[in-house]
Amino acid sequence: MKILVAVKQVPERDAQIHVAADGKWIDEDDLSYTINEPDAYALEEALQLKEKNGGEVVVVCAGPERVTSTLREALAKGADRAIHIEADDLGERDTLGVARMLAEAVKGESPDLILTGLQSDDLGLGQTGVVLAELLGIPHATIIMQVEKTDLGLRVKRELEDGWFQHVEMPFPALLTIQSGGNKLRYATLMGIKKAKTKETATFSASAAGAKAVSLEKVYLPEKQKRTEMLTGTPAEIAAKLVEKLKFDVRVL
Amino acid sequence: MSGVLVVLEQREGELNRMSLEAVAAGHLLAAKVGGECSAAMLSSGGGLKVGGVAKLYSVEHELLKDYTADGYCAVLEQLVKKLEPGYVLFPHTYQVRDFAPALATRFGQVLISDVVAMHDGDVGPVFVRQLLQGKLNADYRQTASGPCFVSVQAGSFRAEGEGSGAEAAVDVFVPELKPEQIRSKPGEPFRESAQTVDLSVAPVIVSVGRGIGEEGNIAMMQELADALGAELAASRPICDNGWLPMERQVGSSGQTVSPKLYLAVGISGAIQHLVGMKGSKAVIAINKDEHAPIFEVADFGVVGDLFEIVPELTKAVLAAKG
Repeated sequence: MKILVAVKQVPERDAQIHVAADGKWIDEDDLSYTINEPDAYALEEALQLKEKNGGEVVVVCAGPERVTSTLREALAKGADRAIHIEADDLGERDTLGVARMLAEAVKGESPDLILTGLQSDDLGLGQTGVVLAELLGIPHATIIMQVEKTDLGLRVKRELEDGWFQHVEMPFPALLTIQSGGNKLRYATLMGIKKAKTKETATFSASAAGAKAVSLEKVYLPEKQKRTEMLTGTPAEIAAKLVEKLKFDVRVL
Repeated sequence: MSGVLVVLEQREGELNRMSLEAVAAGHLLAAKVGGECSAAMLSSGGGLKVGGVAKLYSVEHELLKDYTADGYCAVLEQLVKKLEPGYVLFPHTYQVRDFAPALATRFGQVLISDVVAMHDGDVGPVFVRQLLQGKLNADYRQTASGPCFVSVQAGSFRAEGEGSGAEAAVDVFVPELKPEQIRSKPGEPFRESAQTVDLSVAPVIVSVGRGIGEEGNIAMMQELADALGAELAASRPICDNGWLPMERQVGSSGQTVSPKLYLAVGISGAIQHLVGMKGSKAVIAINKDEHAPIFEVADFGVVGDLFEIVPELTKAVLAAKG
């Protein structure tokens, strides 16, 4: 089974975010980046499927030079090959533009299964996987917790709302968007990191960005929905103030 | 038809609350862009009545009985092509997330997902969504021509009386759909195990997030919860890690709660978490990052090290109780 995992590199969760001078995106200068968390779960699922069923795991990521660090890490964890889609202009592409670029890059690979995270930690649109499946003309399922290979194709466990789940069966080739938490993430071993150096990273030049269907006009800090009273002091002083609030304002003590 | 078409979601003949909120958003949008606000419902069996919309399109086909992305995309593509609405609105449910992006793709469009507000722009409406787990807001606008697809986040538009009022005229739409168009086979929905904790009735909830760092620190949070007579809950990552059972998760994929007090410790406040707890009467947030979005919904906030503050708070609560 050939599995392709599409991953994205996003700012670290703890990163201090500043709006860029033009107000259209964030200041990227001092940011550190990491793999998008749901994509890390997609990679983990792919590696486990390979361990069970054999085959190959190819990891693909679009972005500037910095994304090669995320690809190297995926190789160190056990992916067999990597594809770097060279694109410095992700901001100039909407979901459809990004999915088209991915479709172009993976078409020649004809994978049996494409996995990606259910959404990105930065834009959070949660659509790239579904749109990619639509462009490739293959079936998809979203918010997947477990994947099983069957004689006919796949049986997946899909998360529904309010603690409900559902199994869905589908033929190959297919695309799944993976939910966080289905597996335990592995760390790269020292051996893995060594091996990664001998693995191939192919580069793919993205075609120029086309016209966008939607555009992100500006970003800004959200307005407060409530007036928050901030409590300050030493931990003991803060605790005392909180107890006052619990007694007299919230009235739960 | 120009105007707005709201695609409703029902389960066993009942509309969900988010669908009514989408209708509320639909009315707002129709007032901005002109035209009527109509609604469409798939496979309701004709039994469902909806008021307050200009027209209800009931899309009926036996292959729509069980939800599939292929089936829903195929019939909604036909309906949107027939009606030519300016805007197609959805509630941002898991089901919508599964098919609406593909539907938009068929029109060369991109779904503007998870919208929390809208306002007037220079050229048509602007849709507000959150980025980076709620740290930033972003204004989105459609730049292509053709139908604009939008999904709205739970709790963002207030449904007051939507769904009641004069019943809409029902127009039955019978789409063309063949079994071979549906490539996946959905199974019956199920629950893992009986729910043993009902957080929705807890008057006080202490909720923990990534900030607690490791599993060993759950005990310290349990002590605080015990002191307050509270239920312990968590944001998704804590349950993903198995530090607390999934049934203690608050948020869009967990339980929705509205306690007297929601004490959020080490929770940044991503939108998926906020939708599950913003109905709380009072919110207290303790977080090391002063920019954490949880403070936007907090009545009282503490910026600081939870490992120093929580033990002191537990002590103070126990002392106050005598």
